[in-house]
Amino acid sequence: MHDPELLYLIGGVVALLLIASITTRMLIQKNGETPVLGNLRQRVRAWWWMTLVFASSISMGRDGVFGFYLLLSFLALREFITLSPTPRGDHRTLAWVFFVFVPIHYLFAWAPWYGMFLIWIPVYAFVFIPIRSALSGDTDRFLERSSRIQWGVLICVYFLSHLPMMLYLPIAGYEGQNAKLLFFVVFVTQISDVMQYLFGKLFGKTPIAPSVSPSKTREGLLYGGTAAILIGTLLWWATPFSPVAAAAMSALLVAVGFFGGLVMSAVKRSLGAKDWSQGIPGHGGVLDRLDSLLFAAPVFFHITGYYFGTQMAAAYSQPVWIKRLLEW
Amino acid sequence: MIRRILAFLVRLTTGVRTAPELGEIHKRRIYLANHSSHLDALVLWSAIPTLRRHATRPVAAAEYWQKGRLRRWLATRAFNAILIPRHLANMRDEDPLEKMLAAIDNGADLILFPEGTRSKDGGIGPFKSGIYHLASKRTELELIPVFLENLGRILPKGELLPLPLIARATFGHPISGPDPTEPKTDFLARARDAVVQLSAN
Repeated sequence: MHDPELLYLIGGVVALLLIASITTRMLIQKNGETPVLGNLRQRVRAWWWMTLVFASSISMGRDGVFGFYLLLSFLALREFITLSPTPRGDHRTLAWVFFVFVPIHYLFAWAPWYGMFLIWIPVYAFVFIPIRSALSGDTDRFLERSSRIQWGVLICVYFLSHLPMMLYLPIAGYEGQNAKLLFFVVFVTQISDVMQYLFGKLFGKTPIAPSVSPSKTREGLLYGGTAAILIGTLLWWATPFSPVAAAAMSALLVAVGFFGGLVMSAVKRSLGAKDWSQGIPGHGGVLDRLDSLLFAAPVFFHITGYYFGTQMAAAYSQPVWIKRLLEW
Repeated sequence: MIRRILAFLVRLTTGVRTAPELGEIHKRRIYLANHSSHLDALVLWSAIPTLRRHATRPVAAAEYWQKGRLRRWLATRAFNAILIPRHLANMRDEDPLEKMLAAIDNGADLILFPEGTRSKDGGIGPFKSGIYHLASKRTELELIPVFLENLGRILPKGELLPLPLIARATFGHPISGPDPTEPKTDFLARARDAVVQLSAN
C-alpha cells in the first residue's frame, strides 16, 4: 500500500489540521478561552491523534487495518455494554461475545471468508446470545436483554467491520488501491460531521430533532452536508468513481452518516447518558466519534459492491487453510 | 517498577483514572469503599497516585488471595495486602484489628471494605464495626469514602472471567471520625451514607 495518492490524501488531512490548530489558537488569543473554544481545542488535538492512529494502521497494511478495527469494535462494544444495564444473568453471554464471537468475526473478515463474514454475527451470534442467556435461568426482561446485546454486536462489530472489508472489494482497474476507498468513506463521513458542527455553531437555528440531539440543526445539515459533498466530489480522482458518482456516493455518506449519528444519539438518550464515555478528550467516547460511520459503512460497502458488480462471494469463498483446519 | 506497570495496565483495561488531588495531604488515611468484586482492591489501589500508592495496603480476605500463585504474588509482592482470615474476622477476634493498627503505625494507608463481604446485587450493605474501632483508636486518620462503579458487573461474585467493561472510582471528601459521644451504629451509618452519596452522581 505504498500509493503516492494515499500520501497526498493524508498530507491534505495534516494541512487541514494545521489550519484548524492555528485558527483555534488565534481565536483563543483573541477571545480568551471560552468553554466552546476550550472544547474546540481539545477536539482538534484529539483529531491529530486519531489521524495519526488511522494513518499508521493503513501504513501497516491489511493486518494493521484489521487489527485496528478489531480494537475499535472492542472499545465500541465495551462502551455500549457499559451503558446498558446488563444483569448477572448476562455475564457468561457477554464473555462469549467479547472473547469468542468478536475475534472470530474479525478472523473471517481478515481471512477473508466472505460468506461467513456476512452470516457469522446475524445468524450464529444472534442464535447463541439468547440461548446462553436462557441457560443462565434469568427470565427478567429477557427479550429486552437479548436484543440489547444483539444490537450492540450488530452495530459495534458487524457494521463497523465493513470498513476494513473495503480493502477486499475487487474493483476492476482499482486493484491494490482500496486503502484510498477506506480513506474516502472515513474522511467524507467525518468531514461531514465536522462541517455540520461548524455550520451548526455558526448559523444553526432550527433543530431537526430537539429531543434527540439539540446540536443537529437544519442549517448545519444543509450547509455542512453540501460542503462535505463538495469535498468528497473533489476527491473523485482517489476513488474508483467518476466525479458524478463520487458526488452521489458522498451524498449517500452524508445522509446515512447523519441518520447514524441521530439514531445513536437516540440510543444514548434512552440509556440516560450524554456521552458514551470520556475516552477521547473533547469528543466523548469512541462511539461518539464512530456513530455516523456505523450505518454509513455497510450501506456504502454494499452499494459500491453492487455498482461495480463485484462478486465478493465468489472471489472470497472458504480459504483453503480454514477448510483443512475444519477437515482435521 | 512492576507495581507501577501493573497499576497502569489496570487503569488502561478498566478505564479507571487516578485522582491526583489525593496525593497531597500528609495525614495517614483509610479508604472506605463499597465491595462488589474481587477486583475492587486492585482497581482502587491502581487509582491512587503513584507516590501515595506505594504506602497503601488493601485489607483483604486471606482465603481468596492465598489461593494460586498469581493471586499470592499479587497480594504479597504487588500490593502488599493485609490478609485477614475470614473465620477469624467473623469471630471478632482482636487479632485482625491489631494487624491493621500495626500497619497504620508503620506508616501505611489502608484500603478497607467495611461491608466485609461482596454484595450480590450491586447494592451497598451495612458496614461492620472494624472501621469504627480503627477510627476511634487512631483519631488522626483521614477517612475517605470511595465508590467503585461497575466492578460488580466486570467480575461479579461467583464468576471467573472478567468482562472488559469500563469501571469508575469516585473519591469523596474525608468524613470526620467518630466523636466520643457518637454511638457506634450512628458512625457506621454515617460512613455508609458517605459512600452511598457518591454512588448517586
